[in-house]
Amino acid sequence: MKYWCFFKIRFTTSLQYRAAALAGIVTQFAWGSLLILLFRAFYESNPAAFPLPFASLTSYIWLQQAFLTLLAPWAYNTEIMDSIQNGTIAYELCRPTDLYTMWFVKNTAERCAKVCLRGLPILIVAGFLPAPYGFSLPSGGINFFLFILSLLLGHMVVVALNMLLFITAFYTTSTQGSRILFNNVAEFLFGGVVPLPFFPPAVLAVLNFLPFSAIQNTPFLLYTGYYPAGSAVKNMCIQIFWIVILITAGHRWLKKSFRKITVMGG
Amino acid sequence: MIDAEHISKTFKIARRDAGFGKAVGALFKRDYTYIHALDDVSFSIPDGEIVGYIGPNGAGKSSTIKILCGILVPDSGTCLINGHVPWKERREHVKKIGVVFGQRSQLWWDVPVADSFELLKEIYAVDYAAYKKNMQDLTELLDLGDFLQLPVRSLSLGQRMRCEIAAALLHNPDILFLDEPTIGLDAVSKIAVRSFIKTLNKERHTTVLLTTHDMNDIEALARRIILIGKGHILMDTTFPDFISRADAAFKQNKGCAADRGDDNRLETLTASLYTEFGI
Repeated sequence: MKYWCFFKIRFTTSLQYRAAALAGIVTQFAWGSLLILLFRAFYESNPAAFPLPFASLTSYIWLQQAFLTLLAPWAYNTEIMDSIQNGTIAYELCRPTDLYTMWFVKNTAERCAKVCLRGLPILIVAGFLPAPYGFSLPSGGINFFLFILSLLLGHMVVVALNMLLFITAFYTTSTQGSRILFNNVAEFLFGGVVPLPFFPPAVLAVLNFLPFSAIQNTPFLLYTGYYPAGSAVKNMCIQIFWIVILITAGHRWLKKSFRKITVMGG
Repeated sequence: MIDAEHISKTFKIARRDAGFGKAVGALFKRDYTYIHALDDVSFSIPDGEIVGYIGPNGAGKSSTIKILCGILVPDSGTCLINGHVPWKERREHVKKIGVVFGQRSQLWWDVPVADSFELLKEIYAVDYAAYKKNMQDLTELLDLGDFLQLPVRSLSLGQRMRCEIAAALLHNPDILFLDEPTIGLDAVSKIAVRSFIKTLNKERHTTVLLTTHDMNDIEALARRIILIGKGHILMDTTFPDFISRADAAFKQNKGCAADRGDDNRLETLTASLYTEFGI
């Protein structure tokens, strides 16, 4: 299975970067702590004003930090965009593979490898922190199972979104603009700055119609029990809906972009 | 069998004159020039032939190779390689070809060469026995044994290029496209690469299309030469004929070409031929 091999080689390559992983763990841990302290100040003034209990919020934040490399919209490798820009893509086009699938698999592998190195240590350490600051167990066994399932779906949504971003590299001379725009907008809309339930209901209603809410919001809220297990089917259907839409769109767009290719130099 | 007919390709490039004022002006109104990279290019290469594809920088050599590989789509013209139109049936087509772009790398930078080879084996779905036999041959012929376990980033250019060539041949392609395979190599590596290509062509009957600026590559390998300049095919002939025409051009333009020393004889002759064609 050739795509499995792409996964394997990308995965093992990414596992090599130990120092980066260690630095990542420390950063994520510090970042998570700061966020929790910040929210604590808000909660102290009026705990009733928030949709999530404080202990659920801390779990949400630790999950977010632990699964950052798996789910954050901006945690992609620019390698693919670079290969489009500098022409290395020439070699990839000389392979009897589907380019979209290959890129998708590469991204998945890299994100998975990174999360393997960083995710668990963060959750373990956070699990030892005193309540309500620490990471707490899921609200139920079934919730945990649904969380894992939804986590994988969320991961596919974000990779499919990234693929659209990568394809813009065919149309621009520098990818910096589209990257900055995407990183910031996506970070905000997917609940990276403020968890989505904290948005005003009217805004939230709109956000829930966007693919961004199907990335980390769904699995994390299933974990904390904010989304009851009964709503999981509906929520995961939305995730699957986005996966299908985004992958189909990316696939078509990439095909169309081939006709435009100019491989410069050499 | 490669059959290219009337292939044309034009690139649209934004252009402006130097200077700040012009740069600001370009914000509002862009000038474009059209570069005719290839203009009505036709040739045909039978199986098992080694063809040297030469021409000055920017003549259209790489564009041609990219079209033949299915990477670029030409504006007009047809091309049939082993029954496939490269850019229409890309995936079927590339199973049967090998490519080396001398200026790029197809190996994974951070992992040992052997890992890259394993991956290529899977991509091309080469069965284990064939792969093993192939690896043995290639390792021996290209002398790769010492550095297969090393990460690509630690290889010298000569070592890397030998690995690149091996990588392009793991799936036993019928056709090998070599785009400047000897660029930047030392004399020993160049000779190793040349003798390897010769052996390959003799033993596996692989068709080779080779672009290079090193005329010694051509002399050592190619019996047939296609000369391209400014997107046109100017000559499609045998090596001896090429040399005699270049020699004639040299004698005519003695004034403008350098002294004919023995060590750069081929270079000088080729340069005077380029001058003669005005490319």
